[in-house]
Amino acid sequence: MKKGMLFDGSKCIACRACQVSCKQWSKLPAVPTINRGTYENPPKLTAYTWNRIVFSELEKNGKKKWLFTRRACMHCSQAVCVWVCPSYARGYDPRGYVTVDQKRCVACGRCVEYCPFQIPKLGRDDICGCDTLKETPPRLVSYTCTFCKDRLEDGGIPACAKTCPSQAIQFGEPSNLIKQGQIRVNLLKATHPKANLYGKKEMGGLTVLYVLTEEPSIHGLPENPQMGTYPPFDQCTFPAWYSQAIFGGDLPNFPSGADPAWYMQPGIAPAPCPVEPILKKLFVRSKSGGWAPILWGWLGLGGIGAFAAVVWSLRRRKTLEEGKQENNDA
Amino acid sequence: MTNHWNDIANADVILIMGSNPAENHPISFRWITRAIEKGAKLVCVDPRFTKSAAKAHIYAPLRSGTDIAFLGGMIKHILENNLIQKEYVVEYTNASFLVDENFKFADGLFSGYDAKKRSYDRSTWKYQLDANGIPKMDKTLQSPHCAYQLLKKHYSRYNLDLVSQITGTPKDDLVKVYKAYAETGKPDKAGTILYAMGWTQHTVGTQNIRTMSIIQLLLGNMGMAGGGVNAMRGESNVQGSTDYGLLFHILTGYNPTPRASDKTLNDYNGKYTPKTKDPKSFNWWKNRPKYMISFLKAMYGNAATKENDFGYGWLPKLDDTQNASWLMIFDQMAKGKFKGFFAWGQNPACSGANANKVRMAMETLDWMVNVNLFDNETGSFWKGPGKDPSKIKTEVFMLPCAASFEKEGSLSNSGRWMQWRYKAVSPPGKAQPDLEIMHELFLKVRKLYKEKGGTFPEPILNLSWNYGAKNPDGTIKHIDAHYVAKEINGYTSKDIEVEDPKTKVKTVMVKTGQQLPSFAFLQDDGSTTCGNWLYCGSYTEAGNMAARRGKEDPTGLMLYPQWAWCWPVNRRIIYNRASVNWEGKPWDPKRPVLSWDGTKWVGDIPDGPPPPGAIYPFIMLPEGHARLFGLGMAEGPFPEHYEPLECPIEKNLMSSQKFNPTARLFGEAGMGVGADKYLSCDPRFPFVCTTYRVTEHWQTGVMTRWTPWLLELQPQMFIEISKELAQERGIKSGEEVMVKSARGEIWAIAVVTSNLKPFKIAGQTIHQVAIPYHFGWVTPPDGGDSANLLTPTIGDANTMIPESKAFMVNVGKKGGIG
Repeated sequence: MKKGMLFDGSKCIACRACQVSCKQWSKLPAVPTINRGTYENPPKLTAYTWNRIVFSELEKNGKKKWLFTRRACMHCSQAVCVWVCPSYARGYDPRGYVTVDQKRCVACGRCVEYCPFQIPKLGRDDICGCDTLKETPPRLVSYTCTFCKDRLEDGGIPACAKTCPSQAIQFGEPSNLIKQGQIRVNLLKATHPKANLYGKKEMGGLTVLYVLTEEPSIHGLPENPQMGTYPPFDQCTFPAWYSQAIFGGDLPNFPSGADPAWYMQPGIAPAPCPVEPILKKLFVRSKSGGWAPILWGWLGLGGIGAFAAVVWSLRRRKTLEEGKQENNDA
Repeated sequence: MTNHWNDIANADVILIMGSNPAENHPISFRWITRAIEKGAKLVCVDPRFTKSAAKAHIYAPLRSGTDIAFLGGMIKHILENNLIQKEYVVEYTNASFLVDENFKFADGLFSGYDAKKRSYDRSTWKYQLDANGIPKMDKTLQSPHCAYQLLKKHYSRYNLDLVSQITGTPKDDLVKVYKAYAETGKPDKAGTILYAMGWTQHTVGTQNIRTMSIIQLLLGNMGMAGGGVNAMRGESNVQGSTDYGLLFHILTGYNPTPRASDKTLNDYNGKYTPKTKDPKSFNWWKNRPKYMISFLKAMYGNAATKENDFGYGWLPKLDDTQNASWLMIFDQMAKGKFKGFFAWGQNPACSGANANKVRMAMETLDWMVNVNLFDNETGSFWKGPGKDPSKIKTEVFMLPCAASFEKEGSLSNSGRWMQWRYKAVSPPGKAQPDLEIMHELFLKVRKLYKEKGGTFPEPILNLSWNYGAKNPDGTIKHIDAHYVAKEINGYTSKDIEVEDPKTKVKTVMVKTGQQLPSFAFLQDDGSTTCGNWLYCGSYTEAGNMAARRGKEDPTGLMLYPQWAWCWPVNRRIIYNRASVNWEGKPWDPKRPVLSWDGTKWVGDIPDGPPPPGAIYPFIMLPEGHARLFGLGMAEGPFPEHYEPLECPIEKNLMSSQKFNPTARLFGEAGMGVGADKYLSCDPRFPFVCTTYRVTEHWQTGVMTRWTPWLLELQPQMFIEISKELAQERGIKSGEEVMVKSARGEIWAIAVVTSNLKPFKIAGQTIHQVAIPYHFGWVTPPDGGDSANLLTPTIGDANTMIPESKAFMVNVGKKGGIG
């Protein structure tokens, strides 16, 4: 059964209980902030902040407006992040929302770069549940709103929808939400002629629909988001640990719920498959090259390993020296 | 609140003035939003374009401290366009009452003013009485002495031009607001007012609310679903704290604190029990002796006997003219009149007006006990900014206490619901619930009195203290909130018989030792014990009513009579008898709070006994009619506009009385310690400033500033200024600026915004600025300090609440202001 959310900007009072409940439920640490001359904070979405209310002041014909708009994952039905993810870390839940399997994520940053809403962010893989902000990443992974998957599985609703005092965030069946949203828009037209329901068609339909009182661009949303065209994925940037993960056998699965047709659009074919050729090169004798590619493959891997070992030991030494220096300073 | 939070959803027009519910009472917006979805109009009047204003259909700006002028104009609009609900006004208010012919008003002053005492002789503020002692009425409302005509005359002066010049509100906006709200004068329309500290924290705070009460009566909105005068409280249990007499001038259930000249219980009851000769006047407070004696029994138990005036002599008394409110306490403390101080669940070093004075006053103490969840600016005042710990003698004790989730008990919300709460988790470390701290403290104090004696030990030794199951030796095993709640409800020590008026047969309604079902059973002979008559009925033989969680809603108005318990007698909307006409028919048939079906009332619990027409609806007043002409206010029977003590204009445009003639100034002889400075119309402090709260922080921030998720959202002290002022002063948004008043100086981050606009006041351009008050120097380190370092020590003439919503400041770049 598909589930969705309706954010009604005309009802949002910017109390930001959704921001706090999001962090509380997912145990995301607070970030140190300063006042930058606005109510808005934290200043941007990060791996530590998956949901945020954007404040915009407007003056139209002498009439003042103050808009509050939610900025978080839209959970597109045809999601660019799923499409461009080379490691199939992003996929769809049968309930309709976008999932991230952080074990598979290679932190290539393509979802960060190509999301038309600029939502995904990279951060170290162990931030959830920590009390304080951690700075240096041992391994980066991609983060977005999880739609409170764990709450849904227990029969609950996402934390932001649960906490919203003015019921600006509704959770339910997408078809009902569209109806409900349309009723709100029709009512709002009397006072807000530009009122519209955003997300009915965008990106194959957004799991998070918006009732907006102004044009989307005024709310900071793209007017007509598209799948777009993307350069093929560069397989050379695969980190070593990722190659190891391949042996686990999880990676080649096609993301559940994704439409294979999206990957086949002319001119924007998915990146030359990074997985199969490497596997083949390592273990299977090719028709043309005999055993040579395998040999070269292993040698290559060995070379990468040796290089990594050198780099690692150099960095290690540097860290130790720095540590000593600090001790001396102390 | 006369109504309830969820009743806001029943309103046709919602006026937000003196409050910002979207920011400070977010849950109220669940009901406001529902009302809007049903077609209600939301009107917001505020110096700033707030989050509430962002959701409103109509927004009108006004300069801080000019609400009476704004609303005075609305009264004029309603009266001159004849938009009142006539039948309601004639029958249920004192509009028709004839007022003493010597009552006068001229140039901002009512008859009886004594400039020396800064107070009124109120002898002409009274009704004309007939031979039977009943007020004379003129139901045609034509007599020049009737309250209605006096009201009309008084507010005829508040014309649009003058009001606009005083408030700075454009005339179009005034008319828009007046028209929208006056719509609710139709019998089947209801308008509600949501106010908070934006109305109370003024030298004319009480009169701000009086003005709106007059409007609500003229439009017939009191007692109605979706109507009422609704004070949104600033704390979850602040309603409870006033119900239980936490203020100096009242005991539990709003019984006045005895004064020195009230020597005996007879003196007390004689003085505070009103009388009426009108048979239709229910005169609720005729029961005062029953409430008071039952309260004394709760205080002193078996030691309270008829012979010793039920221990009345043991109650503490105030001197006859003594005012012991907050500002006075710290003024006395500054003069060295206190040895010790319990700062219990509060943070005066940040919350008190003129906080520098408060912080200085605490240096005179020998000891202080700080009971709180976290360290705060009060407990650590001795190491605060500008203090030299080696020169401060005060010994400070910190007692960590439990948070609301860590203890069991009740709280009373703004809508008067007493709701029972359960303990969710145990308090951390050695923190204890307040009740346990008090219990331990009392036992120690009593032991000391027993062993060592002392002056006047009787009130301590005779205090009844049975709040828990007992050991064989009579000591309490463990203090228990249920025992406290049961005593508050009360019980009887002898059978109570009630006589059937028809058959004359007497039956025992309440047996000896049983919990009382309602305050109707309270006696004045010492046979009943009741800690707070208002809460009688909350913990009966049927159990703890506050713990009920029934979701039935028979009226469809969201009264939920089976959910928790509401004082008085589970009445959800007070003055509900005014929602029906003399025949018992509801004014608004779509939303009937009450209706008479021919034999009984249907709906909410009615005010007073059946049948309809038997009594006047405003049962708490001896005349039974709501007061357009008020008798009890310090400033006079009709609210009048006076400027705030610190204001930007030389002259009050309404009269030559610039400032509230009855507000007490700390500059007077015998008051103040030199820390009380005021500068009005001073070029050094040209901008009007108001303080306010934000969603993310609570009060002085003692709990929220220690919560990283909240601090992330609002990390630092800031000041909102208009784009025009920023340009004038060369200030950029996000820049650190200095804010200075006659009393102190703080830094703040400038938030330059179009939410504030300069006002045109009496031909001049006046800038308004606004600052939140949640910050303090203890934490976070770069968060800034309290807005109350700037606010003045001047109080409302009736309540002494400080005027922290309108005072004068300067703002400039660092080093840019002198």
